[in-house]
Amino acid sequence: MWSYVVRRILATIPVLCVVAVIVFLMLRLSPGDPAAIIAGDNATSDDIAMIRAELGLDRPLLQQFFLWLGQLLSGDLGNSIYLARPVLGLIMERVEPTLALSITTMAFAMLLAIPMGVLAAWRAGSWVDQTIMALSVLAFSVPVFLIGYGLVIGLSLSLEWLPVQGFVSLGEDPVGFVRHLVLPTIALGLVYSALLARITRATMLETLSEDFIRTARAKGLAEPRVLLLHALKNASVPIVTTIGTGLALLIGGVVVTESVFAIPGIGRLTIEAVLQRDYPVIQGVILVIAAVYVFVNLAIDLAYPLLDPRIRF
Amino acid sequence: MSTTGLAVADASAAVQPRRRPSLLRRMRRYPLPTLGALLLVVLVTSALAAPWIATHDPFEMNVVDRLQSPNAEYWFGTDAFGRDMFSRTLHGGRVSLIIGIAVAAASTIIGLIIGVIAGYFRLADAILMRIMDGLMAIPGILLAIALMSLTRASVWVVIVAITIPEIPRVVRLVRAVVLTVREQIYIEAATAIGTRFPRLMLKHILPNTLAPLIVQATYIAASAVLVESYLSFLGVGTPPEVPSWGNIIAEGRLYVQIAFWNILFPSVFLGLMVLSINILGDGLRDMLDPRLARRL
Repeated sequence: MWSYVVRRILATIPVLCVVAVIVFLMLRLSPGDPAAIIAGDNATSDDIAMIRAELGLDRPLLQQFFLWLGQLLSGDLGNSIYLARPVLGLIMERVEPTLALSITTMAFAMLLAIPMGVLAAWRAGSWVDQTIMALSVLAFSVPVFLIGYGLVIGLSLSLEWLPVQGFVSLGEDPVGFVRHLVLPTIALGLVYSALLARITRATMLETLSEDFIRTARAKGLAEPRVLLLHALKNASVPIVTTIGTGLALLIGGVVVTESVFAIPGIGRLTIEAVLQRDYPVIQGVILVIAAVYVFVNLAIDLAYPLLDPRIRF
Repeated sequence: MSTTGLAVADASAAVQPRRRPSLLRRMRRYPLPTLGALLLVVLVTSALAAPWIATHDPFEMNVVDRLQSPNAEYWFGTDAFGRDMFSRTLHGGRVSLIIGIAVAAASTIIGLIIGVIAGYFRLADAILMRIMDGLMAIPGILLAIALMSLTRASVWVVIVAITIPEIPRVVRLVRAVVLTVREQIYIEAATAIGTRFPRLMLKHILPNTLAPLIVQATYIAASAVLVESYLSFLGVGTPPEVPSWGNIIAEGRLYVQIAFWNILFPSVFLGLMVLSINILGDGLRDMLDPRLARRL
């Protein structure tokens, strides 16, 4: 067992290295002089030379890479060009709204989508199934900002039940925190739950056709018990795996949703950095988020035996 | 697998050549995909014919008529510069259409080439798949945003920025097909009679990837249309001088309280376009791959 765990943990290293290389090369392989791009249209050649020296762009490529990697491994993501502050600090300042929105969206989507998927699989082919599946295609196709602005116009501007936009820290005002998160969570959660409902239905359909389900029904177990304790438990591994790989989609959605609701999270930080051509910040955000993605999926992989005791490493 | 394949081939050779069901019958059998296809045809036509259907010049500003609600003169109202929203919405579809098609074509072709190489050559496989794993660890929209920051925005840059994150999924799909097909006995037979690699690819391996690739390409087109709108909405996509649904919505969001139609109409067109492509994709999947259809 331990050899698998160790191998699985070691397997994250090449992926993270590839991410680092991609992030490093992205700026260097871009068309044109990166220092000139960062400096902007009105820069003098002195400005450009200064930026080039500051980022070490005047050194050989390989030397640049190892210098950068060395800094990275010691936890230094570099400094923001625009704000002249450490990138890691900037990310940490903005992490709370993004993390909060991701978690609430995930929870909302799971609470909505898993029962829907189970119901659709249980009544496969019926109008209930067809309605749920049609709604999931719809939710998957509608842009987040249409749902977002629809909710804002309906619930915030007309009925004035909830704040239009913004974010309040949990430590500052717990009630405000919840009130500000309701609309973004619903807007993004609907999109994300479409994906989850489809995969739940698909894996449940497969599990429901297995012999042990027929046995469970034959020995007279109540249908909810068959569905939830026997079928859903056995379908949980693919569902949880999808939640893990769907994290990339969720983070993408969070970036857009933060803009719709003016939430000062990592998504906004990235957009601000792109508009100011603040490359160290863009690189830092990508590295941190890719690392989170890799480690969450590692944790999910290692958690399989908890979900399904038949899986042994 | 190969024996059943032979049996099926024999049986179909023995009976009369089967008549293809008429288009109408097939449309009745798959009502939803047909609806999706029809909706898509309407949207594509409206985008292509935008210069002739549009009631106004999409760039013409009438400051006197700014932020009008939908009326007889301006069917979808006007924006903050007094530009006609109906004409802008129709024209916006052209960018989405180009980007959807271009991204789907580019990512499937590049993904196909890389996938075939990875599936067939062991050594290349290890390296290529690690690169794909790395790319997949970066959320697609985030990667596209980062790529957009590298150069001046244009429709072509948007296409490249959306294509790159889509490639790994195509590679994985193609590689999986190649890996199963290469173990089949008919491939062994073809190799035994001296078929060379290029012919082996074209005649025996590529046809197997076609059905799943077509389905994947439609999903990629839908996703590309959506991602373009997200990029433009965030202000890092299609430049404002080219009207796209995303940047029309981005401009309209400032006036959402007083002129919600500025975001409503482009959003609805965008949603319908993505929806119709997705429904078409689901339909194609059901028609081309009945085994998968039963599962999903």
